[in-house]
Amino acid sequence: MSSIAGSKSGLTWAVHLSVLALVLLWLFPTVGLFISSFRTADQISTSGWWNALFPAEQGLVLRTGTAADQVQDGNLFVVSGNLFADNDENTDATISTWGTSSRDISAYEPGETADLGDDGRLTVGANGDYRLESDAELTSRRGERVFVTAKTPPEFTLQNYERILFSGSTTDSMAKAFFNTLTVTIPATVIPIVIAAFAAYALAWMRFPGRALLIAAVVALLVVPLQLALIPLLRLHLGIGIGKGYLGVWLAHTGFGLPLAVYLLRNYMVGLPRDIIENAKVDGATDFQIFTKIILPLSFPALASFAIFQFLWTWNDLLVAKVFLIDATGETTVMTNQIVELLGTRGGNWEILATAAFVSIAVPLVVFFAMQRYLVRGLLAGSVK
Amino acid sequence: MAEVAINGVRKNYGDLEVIHGIDVSIEDGEFVVLVGPSGCGKSTLLRMIAGLEAITGGTIAIGDRVVNSVPPKDRDIAMVFQSYALYPHMTVEKNMAFSLRLKGVDPSVVAERVGTASEILGLQPYLKRYPRQLSGGQRQRVAMGRALVRDPQVFLFDEPLSNLDAKLRVQMRTEIKELHQRLKTTTVFVTHDQVEAMTMADRIVVMNDGNVEQIGSPLELYDAPQNTFVATFIGSPSMNLMEGAIRTGEEPAVEAGEMRLPLPKEAASLGEGRKVVYGIRPEHIELSDRGIEATVGVIEPTGSETMVFFRSAGHQIVSLFRERHDFRPGDTVHVRPRTDLVHVFDSETGRRLAFG
Repeated sequence: MSSIAGSKSGLTWAVHLSVLALVLLWLFPTVGLFISSFRTADQISTSGWWNALFPAEQGLVLRTGTAADQVQDGNLFVVSGNLFADNDENTDATISTWGTSSRDISAYEPGETADLGDDGRLTVGANGDYRLESDAELTSRRGERVFVTAKTPPEFTLQNYERILFSGSTTDSMAKAFFNTLTVTIPATVIPIVIAAFAAYALAWMRFPGRALLIAAVVALLVVPLQLALIPLLRLHLGIGIGKGYLGVWLAHTGFGLPLAVYLLRNYMVGLPRDIIENAKVDGATDFQIFTKIILPLSFPALASFAIFQFLWTWNDLLVAKVFLIDATGETTVMTNQIVELLGTRGGNWEILATAAFVSIAVPLVVFFAMQRYLVRGLLAGSVK
Repeated sequence: MAEVAINGVRKNYGDLEVIHGIDVSIEDGEFVVLVGPSGCGKSTLLRMIAGLEAITGGTIAIGDRVVNSVPPKDRDIAMVFQSYALYPHMTVEKNMAFSLRLKGVDPSVVAERVGTASEILGLQPYLKRYPRQLSGGQRQRVAMGRALVRDPQVFLFDEPLSNLDAKLRVQMRTEIKELHQRLKTTTVFVTHDQVEAMTMADRIVVMNDGNVEQIGSPLELYDAPQNTFVATFIGSPSMNLMEGAIRTGEEPAVEAGEMRLPLPKEAASLGEGRKVVYGIRPEHIELSDRGIEATVGVIEPTGSETMVFFRSAGHQIVSLFRERHDFRPGDTVHVRPRTDLVHVFDSETGRRLAFG
């Protein structure tokens, strides 16, 4: 509309604002989850994910080396080293203040020396290097406690992913659930598309009695809630011996996805130019050849968009999987179910939950971004006129 | 190549009959144009020849085979659609090769036939392009090329030029005619444009409202239209028609209101007082000293000729002059139809009345 002279809508800014709002609404939780999944439990509990990209002020309790580490330097006994390195902390941190007592943790500036009485004198540098000198031989078996307030640079860890994906731990591991979900999702996407594409072609382009009734029936099925069918269908599966398992869940997803698939694809195919199909008929193509060589390639945008839909909701499905797939052994658990269980067992461990959640949304994200260009590409440009 | 025989063909959609029994026989190698206003059934007839519409009654034969129940793919015909109907996901080359590949023709033969067709149509530089990367005229050529490679018995064209701009249309018109002269394949061409029909056809079938009005060569239709419909449909600007009654006598004429329109002497045989429609083509009206008095209305010069709208005794008369006259709107002049080129039709049936 903006190309029409003099009619630039005053609401353009409203459109832009809504788009921005939608983008932010979608982006904030995703980015938050993504960043949190790379943080440690401590980091998550001390600061929000939006601070993760900036240096954080952190209070740490560190210990110096013990008496075993002392060396004699003239008539002094010395323990030296780096507080961060010795305590397995991030060595890039910078100390702003430190103290030796929990009552006054910021008593000294970096470089100052604290007199510890019998235990000697402690000097701590900004980078964590310390030197503990004593006139008498040190005897303590534990190191001196040092309370430091340090600015640590942003730090990210792959630990969570390691734990979730590769640890093999029975409670935390998502690896098996991930593959189970794939096993459910891929056939549950492919099977209905194949069936629906054939059905849609027949309903759109082949003449046979009762076609209109069939289309009406498909539309009617769109509004039937799937919960209605759960129990009867499960009884049927058990009755005919499929039982709980992958085959059952594929069939269930296929059945629940078909009405929408047939409806979407049929509406798309019926909009393809009649001339092209008639021309193919004159050119000598059979119905099957028209379907495979003309209709399918031209329907790719519709197939892709339905594939995305079906993939996303079978991927995120919990209900159908619980009813038709997951049995008492838990061998066939899917990711949604695994996350539910994690909420119970690891409810406080946000880093584990965030990582598990991100693992489960990563694949849908990839699928969406890989396929979205097919949604917008106009395959039909140039065919007629 | 083959002849096409259409015998008593009818088409119903439910209770509605849209084609009321048509007989046309198209000879081998002939270029026949079906022409008529929109909704006259010409495209339906073509689609019945192609097999895309079922035939309700009568028969259509291609060669010596009745094809009423033969599916399109077995009729050995090629059709060019108004919208071109190119396969958008295939290159020009694949578009042209599609039908041969389906038939399982040897790839080297396919390549050769596609090569020949694209050479004839000047499509060689575009073989690797997709339809969306071509201009309207090029797409049109691809659609024709797709028909050419088939080497069918009959070519069917369904208004193939109506999506082109005026200049390109004239050019493609000539190209299609040239192509036909070269290949001599039987061709049925549908159009609503009488100029296209006149310039291209060996024979024209004029259709109106599901009936054939007249079949004949372009000049037959122009010189001797069988009824008022053909008379007005063929020729541009169209024929002047005026209703009146015949007055015999020394100078036979048709009296239309206060106007006396001269007839040739032989027309007296039609009988005094008979109600007729008097027809004269615009290009057959001359200026004359003693003729019908008329007032000049609108003047439309086109360069080579000038169209002038006269008003006379409540009638509007269009005339076309090749020579230039110094008219101004409002001038009063005398015009006279060339009596040897007058057409007379019965005013009730609209049929041509022969005399002399």
